[in-house]
This record gives sequence, C-alpha cells and structure tokens, in this order.
Amino acid sequence: MNSRIGCIAFNTFREAVRDRVLYNLIAFALLLSAAAILVGQISIDIERLVVVNLGLTAVSLFGVVIAIFIGIGLVSKEIDKRTLYTVLSRPVRRWEFVVGKFFGLTGTLVVNTFFMACGVFLALFYVAHGFEKMDLWILGALYFIVLQFLIVCALALFFSSFSTPLMSAVFTFALFVIGSLAEDLRGFARMLKGLGGWFAQGVAYLVPNFSAFNVISQVAHGAPIAGTLILYNTVYALLYSAMAISGAVLIFQRRNLK
Amino acid sequence: MSLNPTQRVNWIATTVLLLSLAGGVATIRAVDRRAQNPVNREVLYLSSPKVLRRMSLGYTGLLADIYWTRSVQYFGRQHQSDSGDFPLLAPLLQITTELDPKLLPAYEFGANFLAPKPPGGAGSPDEALALMKFGVEHNPDQWRLYYDLGFLYYTEFKDYAAAADAFGRGAKLPIRNDFMPILAARMAQHAGEFDTARMLWLTTYQSTKEGQIRQNAVEHLVALQVDEEVTRLDFVVQRYRDQNGKLPYSMVELVRTGFLAGMPIDPKGHAYKLMADGRIEVQNPENIFFITKGLPPGVDPPQPPRPLKLKSK
Repeated sequence: MNSRIGCIAFNTFREAVRDRVLYNLIAFALLLSAAAILVGQISIDIERLVVVNLGLTAVSLFGVVIAIFIGIGLVSKEIDKRTLYTVLSRPVRRWEFVVGKFFGLTGTLVVNTFFMACGVFLALFYVAHGFEKMDLWILGALYFIVLQFLIVCALALFFSSFSTPLMSAVFTFALFVIGSLAEDLRGFARMLKGLGGWFAQGVAYLVPNFSAFNVISQVAHGAPIAGTLILYNTVYALLYSAMAISGAVLIFQRRNLK
Repeated sequence: MSLNPTQRVNWIATTVLLLSLAGGVATIRAVDRRAQNPVNREVLYLSSPKVLRRMSLGYTGLLADIYWTRSVQYFGRQHQSDSGDFPLLAPLLQITTELDPKLLPAYEFGANFLAPKPPGGAGSPDEALALMKFGVEHNPDQWRLYYDLGFLYYTEFKDYAAAADAFGRGAKLPIRNDFMPILAARMAQHAGEFDTARMLWLTTYQSTKEGQIRQNAVEHLVALQVDEEVTRLDFVVQRYRDQNGKLPYSMVELVRTGFLAGMPIDPKGHAYKLMADGRIEVQNPENIFFITKGLPPGVDPPQPPRPLKLKSK
C-alpha cells in the first residue's frame, strides 16, 4: 500500500518537474537579487526587512499559485489523457491515487520552498554581510508556509475531485483569500446574533485559518514565534488537510469514471 | 542571401517585435513628457490603512516596506522640486506605520521629514508628534523612539516638561543610551541651552549609522558652535563698551586690549566680523547651515540646498 502511494507521489513530483514548475525559481532569484540591490538605493534602512518580507511573501505566493494550478489538474489531466484508467486498472485503489497525488504535490512544493529558502538566506547574507541569531526564526516562518501549502494542495485536490479545473482554481483561490481574512471573518461572525450568528460562526470556522500561518512581518523584525503557535498550527494544518483529502477521497470513490 | 520561408517569418517577426518594443517605449516617453508637473500627479488611491491591511491578505510587512519606500521617494521628489508642499507625506507615513507598527525607520526618519519647516521638511510638527506617539505606543521597549519624541518636544515645541518626560521614560528602559538620564534631568531643569542642544545632536550622531542623519547632526553641531561663539563675542563687545564707553573698532583691538585671547575663527576657518554697530557676523553665512546668530539683519537661517542623499552608509 505504502509503496503504491509512494510511486504515485514520486511520479507526480517527476511530472511537475517535467512541466518546468521549478522554472519559477529563476523568476524568484531575479526578484530577490533586484530587490536586494535596488531597495538600498531607493529607500532608507529597510534592506534586511525587504529581503525577508519580499523573500518570504514570494515563497508563499509562488507556492500557493503552483499548488493551485497543479493541484486542480492532478485528477482532471489524468482523466483527459486517460492515464487514470491505466493506473486504476492496476492494483491501486482510488484513495491511494488521491493520497499519492497529494504527497507528490506537497513534495514538489517542499523542494521548491527549500531552494527558495536558500535564495532568501543568500540574499540576506549579501545584504547584512552575515547572519544573526534572530534569522533562525525565518525557518519557523518557512515551516508555516509549508503548512499553508499542505492545506492549499488538499483544497485544490478536493475541488478537482468533482469540478472542472477552472472552477477548482476559482474555488481554491477564493478560499485562500477568505482564509487569509479568517480572523476578521470570525470577528464579524461574533457580532451577529441568533441563527444567522451561528451560521456565520460555522462558516468562519469552516474556512481555513491562513491568517495564523502568516508570521512573515513578525520574523522580519526578529521577533520569536511562540512554541504553542508552532504546535497548534502543525496540528491544525494536519487536521484540515486530512479533512479536505478525506472529502476528496469520498467524492472520488463515488465518481463515475466510465 | 536567399531565405527559406521559415527564416523569412523569423526575421519579420523579430523585426516587428523589436520595432514594436521601441515604439512602445517612445510612446510612453511622449506621454510622460506631456505631463506638466509629474510631482503633482502623485495620488493616494487608497488612503485607509485598514482597507490596505485587508487587501494585503496578511502580507502587511511587504506592503509597509513598499509604502515606506514610497514615502521616502515622495519626500525626496517634493524636496527636490522646492515646492515646500508635502500633502501626502503624513498619510503615507500613517499607512506605513499602521501596516507595520514595528517599522522603526518610518518613525525616526518620518518625524525628521515631517517636523522641520520647509524647505527642510514638511513643516508639520503636530503630525510628526502624532507619528512618534503612535511609534512609542506600539514599541514601548525602544529607547530611540523616546529619544526622538523628547527631541521633537524640545526642538519644535519648546515643551521642556514633555521632553523631560519622554527622555525620562526612555531612561528607565533596560537597553538605552547613556545620555538619556542626563537629558531628562537637563530638560527638567531647563538648563544650559547650548550644552543640552549639543548633547542631543551628539546623541543623534552617535546613535545612527544613517549618513543623512549623521550629516545633519554634524551641521547642527557646527551651527551650535557658531551660535555659542557669537553669543560669547557679543558679551565681550558689551563688556568692552561698558568699560570704555565706546564700541571696539575691530577684533584686533579686542585682542590687543586683552578682551580676547586670539582672533576668533568660525568652524569653516574664517574670522568673525565685528560690524560698525557692534554686532558680530560670520563671513560666509550661506556656508554654515542652521545658524541663528551672526547673520546679517533680515537674513533667515541658511538651510542645506538639497536633501542629503537618501541612502544608508
């Protein structure tokens, strides 16, 4: 069972690399180099801040875009190319296919994030002429970004299990935006009373809480990340991904592929 | 040279691409030239920090950096144009600091942009004060912000009690500058105007790596030296007149009669002038910025002609 999921995951990763997904690293490197050089010329005293803020924001946004645009095609592409039938005609179960695809995509994003993180630290070294102890918290922010990718990948896969690629992209991106404003949403929901209030609160807790994963500004100033936040975010990301993947499996199991 | 159809298409496509690119650039430049005064076109499409915060999807740090850079560029452009008008500076700084309340350069430099009278700054000390108060509120552990707040109260408002309070609060922090308690005490006593001002500018010089701020501090220290020297020479001339019943003819006479130990020289290496009415003047007032004494009658304190280079050293 594990080897089958591993096989699908590895092939998903290989396919993403073959699709030149990692080319975004070139754009990322150019962006960071230009920022590191230019900001020193046109602003005052924020060279290090810009490298961290821009670097981590780019890691996050590039990753989210990749997660959405690859995630939405993971199932539909296999159906269009009819390769899904070849896979499922072997002793591979449908849920294994979905889980394998999920791990393959997250693996791609982890590799992508690793190279981008190297770029961020190189740019930081160039700008600050060395590292400080507080730079270690950047690793914490990167970890949260990876957790964010887990949820986005799971959501993209969930929507792609029953919808067209275009609609899946729209749904996933919309949830990403709404999830980034989750704190506000919960705040607004608390203001409502009665049935409407219950419903709003339910919706507010159902959307992914991406706002808790964004500590970029905090680590840019060298502020530490609380251990409890690391624990809660880890648990939350695993649970939410498991929920979305389970939903995808449930739908995909019932899908008529004839 | 004969080209096959594919090569011909490639050549034509390349030529069209390059010509289109050049034409596009030329068109943009023509549009830019049409604008009478590009500085006046600066607008804030979104002025609400709350809306911007939501639109940033949580990436507030990067957006704050962008707005801070925009503030610096805006200040530089308006300053270069000598318009003396900075209507967007305060809103830009407000957006920057509300997006990222921990962005310390925005407070330190922002107050320096806002407070001084034009052309050196925007001439908005009240807005500078609001900015600094916001900064202190959100960064209560940063001694530098208390220092800047006290500095602002002292230089722009002459509010010694408020300045003493700000320095005093900064002095209580575990990480602080050694001058802070002394400054707090001096403000409370309102003693030794020149010495206090010198200590303030010296602290400014020592506590920043920013070339622009350091240069500004040096200019003020030089100006203070001149103001103090001219005050002393005025006193000497007054003493001479009290003793001799007439004004001295020249500095040489003051030296010859023992009122001065030697010919007084300003920091730029020129001798001070004794005027016929007994006033003391510097020889080249336009070369010594910010001086308030030793100027010909009716001449305003000279200001640096252009903003200092906006780049960290």
